[in-house]
Amino acid sequence: MRKIWDIPGGIHPPENKDQSLQQPIAEIALPELLVLPLSQHMGTAAEPIVAVGERVLTGQEIAAAKGLVSAPVHASTSGEIVAIEERAIAHPSGMTDLCMVLRPDGRDQWVELHACEDYTRLDHQQLVEKVRAAGIVGLGGAGFPTAVKLNPRANYDIDTLIINGTECEPYITADDALMQAHADEVVAGTRLLAHMLDNPQQVLIGIEDNKPKAIAAMEAALAAGEGHPGSAVEVCTFPTKYPSGGEKQLIQILTGREVPSEQIPANIGVVCQNTGTAQAAWRAVRFGEPLIARITTVVGEALQTQRNIRARLGTPIAHVLAAHGFDAERCSRLVMGGPMMGFTLPTADVPIVKTTNCILAPSREELPPPPPAQACIRCGMCAEACPASLLPQQLFWYSQAQDYEKLQAYNLSDCIECGACAYVCPSNIPLVQYYRASKSTIRRMETEKEKSDRSRQRFEFHKQRIAREEAEKEAKRAARKKAAEQAKQKLAQARAAGGGERTGGSQADPVSAAMARAQTRQVAPQQQQAKLERAVSSAESRLQRARQRCDEAGDEQRDKLQARVKEAQARLDDARQKLAAHEGTGQAADKPDPVATAIARAQAKMALPPAERLRNNIASLQKRLATARQKLDQARQAGSDTVEALQTGVAKLETKIAATRAELDDLQAGAAPEHAQAPSADSEAAAAAIEKAKARAAARADMTPEEKLRSQIESLQDRLQKARLRLEKARADNDDNTDAFRTAAEKLEAKLTQTQQQLQQQPVTTDTSH
Amino acid sequence: MPLLRITSPHTHSPGNTGDVMQQVMLATIPGLIALSYFFGPGSLMNVVMASFTAVACEAAMMKLRRRPVMFYINDYSAVVTGVLLGLSLPPYCPWWIVAVSTGFAIVVAKHLYGGMGFNPFNPAMVGYVVVLISFPVEMTQWAAPRTALPDGQSLLGPLSALQQIWLDTGIDGHTAATPLDVFKQNDSQLVQHLYATEPVFAAGRWAGAGWEWVNLGFLIGGAYLLYRRIFTWHAPVAMLVALTLMATIFYDGGSSTSGGSPLLHLLSGGTMLGAFFIITDPVTSATSNRGKLIFGASIGVLIYIIRSWGNYPDAVAFAVLLMNFAAPFIDYYTVPRTYGHDKPRRATDNRP
Repeated sequence: MRKIWDIPGGIHPPENKDQSLQQPIAEIALPELLVLPLSQHMGTAAEPIVAVGERVLTGQEIAAAKGLVSAPVHASTSGEIVAIEERAIAHPSGMTDLCMVLRPDGRDQWVELHACEDYTRLDHQQLVEKVRAAGIVGLGGAGFPTAVKLNPRANYDIDTLIINGTECEPYITADDALMQAHADEVVAGTRLLAHMLDNPQQVLIGIEDNKPKAIAAMEAALAAGEGHPGSAVEVCTFPTKYPSGGEKQLIQILTGREVPSEQIPANIGVVCQNTGTAQAAWRAVRFGEPLIARITTVVGEALQTQRNIRARLGTPIAHVLAAHGFDAERCSRLVMGGPMMGFTLPTADVPIVKTTNCILAPSREELPPPPPAQACIRCGMCAEACPASLLPQQLFWYSQAQDYEKLQAYNLSDCIECGACAYVCPSNIPLVQYYRASKSTIRRMETEKEKSDRSRQRFEFHKQRIAREEAEKEAKRAARKKAAEQAKQKLAQARAAGGGERTGGSQADPVSAAMARAQTRQVAPQQQQAKLERAVSSAESRLQRARQRCDEAGDEQRDKLQARVKEAQARLDDARQKLAAHEGTGQAADKPDPVATAIARAQAKMALPPAERLRNNIASLQKRLATARQKLDQARQAGSDTVEALQTGVAKLETKIAATRAELDDLQAGAAPEHAQAPSADSEAAAAAIEKAKARAAARADMTPEEKLRSQIESLQDRLQKARLRLEKARADNDDNTDAFRTAAEKLEAKLTQTQQQLQQQPVTTDTSH
Repeated sequence: MPLLRITSPHTHSPGNTGDVMQQVMLATIPGLIALSYFFGPGSLMNVVMASFTAVACEAAMMKLRRRPVMFYINDYSAVVTGVLLGLSLPPYCPWWIVAVSTGFAIVVAKHLYGGMGFNPFNPAMVGYVVVLISFPVEMTQWAAPRTALPDGQSLLGPLSALQQIWLDTGIDGHTAATPLDVFKQNDSQLVQHLYATEPVFAAGRWAGAGWEWVNLGFLIGGAYLLYRRIFTWHAPVAMLVALTLMATIFYDGGSSTSGGSPLLHLLSGGTMLGAFFIITDPVTSATSNRGKLIFGASIGVLIYIIRSWGNYPDAVAFAVLLMNFAAPFIDYYTVPRTYGHDKPRRATDNRP
């Protein structure tokens, strides 16, 4: 005989198991409608895979598992899917959930099932898949998908399989009845599960000693299968005590091990399955039969018949009750599950699901309504009864005080809500209710904390990013500054090397500025013309008005007005002149005149030897100094405020002139040749640009009109190609400027064709280029 | 069909707080019989008076606190306080002693601290200590037991008892030193000698006439309550063992400075009443079993210390009140090891 450990606490409520064991397991008639919730298990709800109106066969999968921790749903009988809608489900809150509604056709036609004579030929994954596909979940009450449990992580060394036939809750006899009627299948299922778990060292079937018939049946079935390969299976009996059937408690009873707080049995090498689950898994593998029915105890004094039934999943409880002579008058509450851990149903219209092991319809005398709670006298009976060795009275105290920190310190999370404490409480305090409320509050607080932690992290990350960007900018700025300083230094060096040479930047500047100026002038001749035309027309209208007034006015005013007319006339003439001049230049707009002049000017400046330029500079500075002095004198005479500013201006100019003179002297002293040999990089670039512009201008000047056009076409083609490339790239990048690029390309095309036409119109002389 | 919607569990063990209290009252009967047999009807009269006073005070307080009076009276907790106080007070003490102590116990020690379940100190012991300190003369006059009465005297009859209680007529010669008083006042005689000469010991078998039987009566009642699982064995056994140990250590071979034999300490004074009816008061004791062991043992040690070296021979009341102070502290360090945890944690440990 194996050693049996005792669990702390526990209670001995009246068992009330006999009334439902007087009859064999019965079948009841099919209801009019079967309601199959998509979430009958722990984990993600299944997803419908048949449509409304579709005919389905018994055992056909009608909703597929979604994700790893999920289970499919199968049609419990053949018929038609009439709706997929929200219906009340078996939940203490009375909430609704998505259900598939099936109208049975009464024929109960099965889908084709795939039987398997010898499961040892299948590999582990195939077996797990079969269990998973059959929609098997823990039938003891929690409804955890069995396939997940049979596929433990590689780092869990499973050495013990426990089949839970304890059924410690009063009233419930579903497992008892199953073991009595189908012991062979339960044993076969146990062996199958052991095989799937790689034959652990010990395979134990735990049954409380208040089920002698079930124990005898199981032992007989085990003896019949003697010599079976694989682990030896042992039936373990132990004294009846609630809640021995809790997973953690049963593990403690049979192995002496405790599942560490907030971990799963697999952590200590144990897998625990319910007897019903073992049988269902066996049928799924052996016969390919999905889970479409389960054994449910229908019990309570408000019923005429009390027994176990094999109920099709989805059968409405009202239908089950009606079949057992339910007397609604005598019944005060309807409980799904046992009297210790079951929950009350708000309505009898909810269906039987995979986890429904009992429907309890007690009379008022049987389970009277709870009396009002009295004050806690800290008698400690609850602590005596607690199987988890908690201090329920302290938990109650802190639950009332909403001291969640203390509740956690007193391990509220290890409460299995078995109800033993509330059962023994002499003050009738609904302790479990307090714990549930506190637990849910703690859960909510934890989620909120997690949320706020996450947003705080996000905020801190944001701050960091901003700081980093700022730092990067700062670094760039510093780099630029450094580069600028280096450039300055270089310049100074260059200056030191090149004597009184003016800076390259200021050398290049006048050229580019002049070019820019010329270009802007060139940019919009049409606009300028329009402006001028507007000026002419406004001048005309002004003249007309002046004339009119002049005619209307009296003699004294006439002189004045005539003067105005003359003025207007002069303006008009001026405007017309300007327009005419513009039209003249506008016609020759493509002539490189402004460019050329700008280049010429820049060139002239560049071409000057440094000494010459300095002299020029001095001359212009002197000129400016003269005007400045003049202004200063005027200001002095007028007593203006600007005298001082003007004085400093004059002084500056004087020093500048002196400096330039000094430079000039230096240069003349002999630095000139060196400069000619070592022009700065900047001046080289400027010179190159000038060279290019010159070459272009020269080329144009030398070209015949035809050649000009050809070169234009070539350049246009070149530009068009580039524009097209850019457009494509923009399209690929989904750039905002795609449209702009397109119009640019189109314009270029238009211009190209126009130029080509022009070329064709040209009198053909010779075609040398092609 | 209106269905009840309540959370599990849906079934409840028979019995409530009222039943528990009734069991406690029932368990005092052997002790009360012994008291009445050896000391006359005084204790019974105390019990009756104290019970009525307690219920009256409870009802008044409930009225003041605007709570349903009958609902709270029905938990019998006030009656139990009255009964225990009546058993502790000296028989034939003046009526106002009973009234003051009971009134103080219920009004101040119980309700001013929040009522049932919230009082940090044992109400009966608070009431007892209040009158003991306030009226030491009345409180130290214990009746002489029947078997140790001087020749020609008999126990007070009901009538003279009532006279004594209500009119304080002062009947001479009916009081005598208790065994503990004898030991307290002894400084020259050997224990053996005391047992031979003092009438209270001479007429008794182990620990003084009458007293030994009274304590045995309460022991029987306590055993009954243990059997009925009204409380656990931890606190009473710890207290008795600790007291025995202390008495054994300091017995000193029965010299003139001996504190008395272990048997004397176990079977005299309020030892058994305290062990089974006072320190097992759940409200004011430690909660976990380990805590109860510490709580009980500390009381046992304190009882011996106060009896032997303190000013009062009534050590139980002081020891209990002192440890009531310490109960929350004990609770903090004796949280039991929860399933799935490697070791017990302290309640001061706030980690989740």
